Amino acid sequence: MSIHHSVQLNRDLCVGCTNCIKRCPTEAIRVRNGKAKIADERCIDCGECIRACPHHAKSAVMEPFSALDQYTYTVALAAPSLYAQFGTPATRMMVLAALGNAGFDDVFEVAIGAEIFSRHASIWLHDALKKGKRPLISSACPVVVRLIQMKYPNLIDHLLPFDAPMEISARLAREKAREKTGLPDDQIGVFFISPCPAKRTAVANPISSDKSYVDGVIAMSEVYPLILARLEKLENSQVESFASRHLAGSSGVRWGYSGGEALSLNTERYLAVDGIHNVIAILEEVENERLKDIDFIEANSCTGGCIGGPLTVANRFSGKSRQRGYILAARDLAKKHPGAIYPAGQVHIEPWKKELEPNEALKLDKDIFKALQKYEQMEKITADLPGLDCGACGAPDCEALAEDIVRGEASETFCIFKLKERLRQVAAQMSELEQEMNRHLEEDEEDNIHEAGDAAQ
Amino acid sequence: MQTVKLSFKIRGSDFVNAGEASSNTKKALSRIGLSPSVVKRAAIAMYEAELNAMIHADGGQADVEIFPDHVIISITDHGPGIPDVDLAMQAGWSTAPDIAREMGFGAGMGLPNIKKQADDLKIETKVGQGTTLTIKILFA
Repeated sequence: MSIHHSVQLNRDLCVGCTNCIKRCPTEAIRVRNGKAKIADERCIDCGECIRACPHHAKSAVMEPFSALDQYTYTVALAAPSLYAQFGTPATRMMVLAALGNAGFDDVFEVAIGAEIFSRHASIWLHDALKKGKRPLISSACPVVVRLIQMKYPNLIDHLLPFDAPMEISARLAREKAREKTGLPDDQIGVFFISPCPAKRTAVANPISSDKSYVDGVIAMSEVYPLILARLEKLENSQVESFASRHLAGSSGVRWGYSGGEALSLNTERYLAVDGIHNVIAILEEVENERLKDIDFIEANSCTGGCIGGPLTVANRFSGKSRQRGYILAARDLAKKHPGAIYPAGQVHIEPWKKELEPNEALKLDKDIFKALQKYEQMEKITADLPGLDCGACGAPDCEALAEDIVRGEASETFCIFKLKERLRQVAAQMSELEQEMNRHLEEDEEDNIHEAGDAAQ
Repeated sequence: MQTVKLSFKIRGSDFVNAGEASSNTKKALSRIGLSPSVVKRAAIAMYEAELNAMIHADGGQADVEIFPDHVIISITDHGPGIPDVDLAMQAGWSTAPDIAREMGFGAGMGLPNIKKQADDLKIETKVGQGTTLTIKILFA
């Protein structure tokens, strides 16, 4: 499985320190020849390394704004977390209008897709519960889906089998653009304004379909200043044009932070976990069947949920506070103008047609005999390593170095303590050899003197 | 024949680190590349047995041997032993102390669940001397 990743390394900025290798949840990074190297088959695009790198050598490669030029008509998809980037007096309509002014022909809310997702998910969840299957796990965060494929393949069939809200909204936005303009699909560009790099990877390698409805993914941080500048110059008429359009309801808008998704599933027995390392701890519990009293798990790779994404600008705590303001406003709108809310109940989506494949990148070997051998070797090497987990060898800990050695990708002397030991041995041998050499030289010299003496006589 | 042996100490009444031996074993089994369902069954069965030793017997010892086609997990303790194995095998039967129950353990599902997960389960027990559970899980 070859995956196109959006998390990339800038070699010039990398100093080969141990910050990223230590934080990577799938141990996908090694430092080799003084530079970090990300293993494609293991990377799940969580963005932890982007956050961890003090030298900004890790970044997300997203579509540049100039990608819009390839299309006759463009639509921006606004994630729920986008709103939270802007505080009062900005309103949702203002943010959407300003986003449109930044260079798009139209805008569409991902929160609408979120509401459609929730309606289907709720039915699916309650059917599963009737059959005794629990807990179900959200599939909206692409990092969590890839994590499950790699580390928890037993849980693949616990995932809600629906395309993420981004895809649902992209489909609707595309249909709307086609109807409005009559243009063919390849002249309509649908761009997601993303809080995270994983969404771009998900677009390039769709989880369970052949092609994404999204044409490009632009970093929220890149669009942020454009929106900010246009918020100040908005004309009333532009904002008012949104008054005649359908907007998402509050249940879609609240998807921006951790816990927002779970509230729409008609169960109190849910758990919302955020932060990739916390997600791992919870999935471990689920796999070991220790969370059987939970119906639904909302898992977000980023701390705080999407508002904590590596490509967001606002602090996630102030973002969460602002998001609440947008949710309240959406609730208010629904109360005063029920007709203004998008009729999410009218849109039908199909469950995934393809079953997700496990990712076997962590396996030592396909052959069980060889795998057992390698594992035993690995245990022996680990026991022999200093156990300091210093990372100086370029692997995140001693066990990972042992694994690299067994896989033939490293040698024991990558460990500086082992190297020191070897040097000491070699130095001792050298000094022994030197002494031996000196002894020979002395003997030779004595012989020479004797010979010279003999000759003189 | 190539096998991999793992062994762990199980500390008595250590609820905080409960399940460490089975979680390490699980990691090893998935690294070796066993099928996800096998890894899961082994991990659940071992966890239950490990917890029994931790709760009832002031700890014990876990030994795992991984063969190319099966794994043997033995949990040995020097605890009170099981007076009536048939009774203990019944779902819901529990002698766990209150402190364990308060933490959500000791629901009387341990032994029945081990039996459910295992392809073979051997219980050797002597009242006052201890218990050894030997769990066998086949890979195919």
